[in-house]
Amino acid sequence: MVALAGASFAGEIPQAERRSGYELMSRETRAMQDDDTANPGMLAVLEGSALWARKTGAGGRACADCHGDARASMKGVAARYPAYDATLKRPVNLEQRINLCRTERQQSPALAYESRELLALTAYVARQARGVPIDIPVDARTQPFLDRGRAAFYRRQGQLNLACSQCHDDNWGRRLAGNTIPQAHPTGYPVYRLEWQSLGSLQRRLRNCLVGIRAEPYEYGAPEMVELELFLMWRARGMAIETPGVRP
Amino acid sequence: MRFAVAFVAACCAAGAASGGGANAQDSIPASLTGAKGDPARGRAIVTNRQLGLCLLCHSGPFPEERFQGNLAPDLAGAGKRWSEGQLRLRIVDSSRVNPATIMPSYHRTDGFTRVAPAWRGKPVLTADQIEDVVAFLTTLRD
Ligand code: HEC
Ligand code: HEC
Ligand code: HEC
Repeated sequence: MVALAGASFAGEIPQAERRSGYELMSRETRAMQDDDTANPGMLAVLEGSALWARKTGAGGRACADCHGDARASMKGVAARYPAYDATLKRPVNLEQRINLCRTERQQSPALAYESRELLALTAYVARQARGVPIDIPVDARTQPFLDRGRAAFYRRQGQLNLACSQCHDDNWGRRLAGNTIPQAHPTGYPVYRLEWQSLGSLQRRLRNCLVGIRAEPYEYGAPEMVELELFLMWRARGMAIETPGVRP
Repeated sequence: MRFAVAFVAACCAAGAASGGGANAQDSIPASLTGAKGDPARGRAIVTNRQLGLCLLCHSGPFPEERFQGNLAPDLAGAGKRWSEGQLRLRIVDSSRVNPATIMPSYHRTDGFTRVAPAWRGKPVLTADQIEDVVAFLTTLRD
């Protein structure tokens, strides 16, 4: 019975045992991520840098007109997202933050989730945090959102009745059919996923896992999704951003 | 690895509890349909990754199948380790043997959260399919 209890309450991964999905990949896939000339995500970063400088919207302003050189102004920013927005009174993820600038500062329509432009801008901004340790400040305002994200991670759901934690805490490193189960640290997003043959956001990845356990996926941008993102980023605190990551 | 230890322990604790095999709580002795299943159809279900899903977690005596999982015991010999009724219970609702199990409850529809609309109110496998799988598993004797 002691052993059974151990199996059911197998808890969080100790800090020292945390591994980026990168470390569980094949040598070839790691090499693809490491080499900027082979990493397909770098095309999006390049496209993002062009969009950064492009004037758009009623105000005719580019991101660069307000933020200047992204290498300086966006340095490390992605490592602390989702971040609390005092006006909306909730955490927003990086895509939502960029769209807030689009709609409020550029008077441009919001970009759709998974659109080429939003992925490119997000990849470009997050690229400026490569190597920076994830740092999600927790205070009284963010705590309830973090707690809800944590609860969702440990909740069994879907027809297969599985919790995220049952794969990513309890069985990481093992094989689900042909796929090695990673610890689910969101260090590389947006990532170029070989299975997608394209770049995708963290929310797209989370939807894949939800569909896999036959649970109803949340809409893109739904508060529950941002709460899960917030919890995953907090869980990966101290780990370095890798954007653009490559994953199998 | 500590996971391996936990899984072996979970497996053997359940096995020890079942001991005699005739224990009513550890077995569903009667066919769900009243009829015997078809082992050939059962094998096809077990190896189908969209239908049975078994090989996501289990390995088994299926030399033609690449990429078998290693989250669960090998299915070889399952028909020797367990009676037909014990196998039926484990496929119908493994959580009745081990509440902490990761094995899906294949023929249960209640007590789930946020099931995708396409699957809502439906079991993973129908009663006929369960009987086919059970009939196949009883043939795995070595
Ligand atoms: C008219 C000026 C203006 C434009 C144009 C603009 N922004 Fe901003 N942006 C701001 C201001 C001001 C803030 C910080 C204040 C706030 O919270 O709104 C900000 C904040 C941000 C942040 C969050 C920074 C942090 O430290 O948390 C990101 C990321 C960002 N902008 C990206 C972009 C991108 C990408 C574009 C182009 C699509 C863009 N912005 C266009 C003015 C602008
Ligand atoms: C049945 C096991 C299983 C469950 C349950 C599951 N996942 Fe996953 N998850 C995987 C596998 C396997 C992969 C890697 C897929 C691949 O390599 O192709 C993955 C990948 C991920 C990744 C990407 C990690 C990286 O390195 O980029 C994240 C993040 C993630 N899952 C989060 C979640 C969340 C959140 C949940 C709960 C809503 C969840 N997963 C539920 C199996 C699972
Ligand atoms: C999500 C993972 C998962 C899936 C899918 C799954 N199982 Fe299991 N199964 C397990 C685990 C783990 C155990 C070990 C006992 C436990 O932890 O409850 C197990 C135990 C068993 C056992 C008893 C152990 C033994 O000695 O062989 C049988 C039989 C079995 N499963 C058959 C199946 C069949 C048949 C299918 C497909 C119809 C299936 N399982 C699908 C995870 C899974």
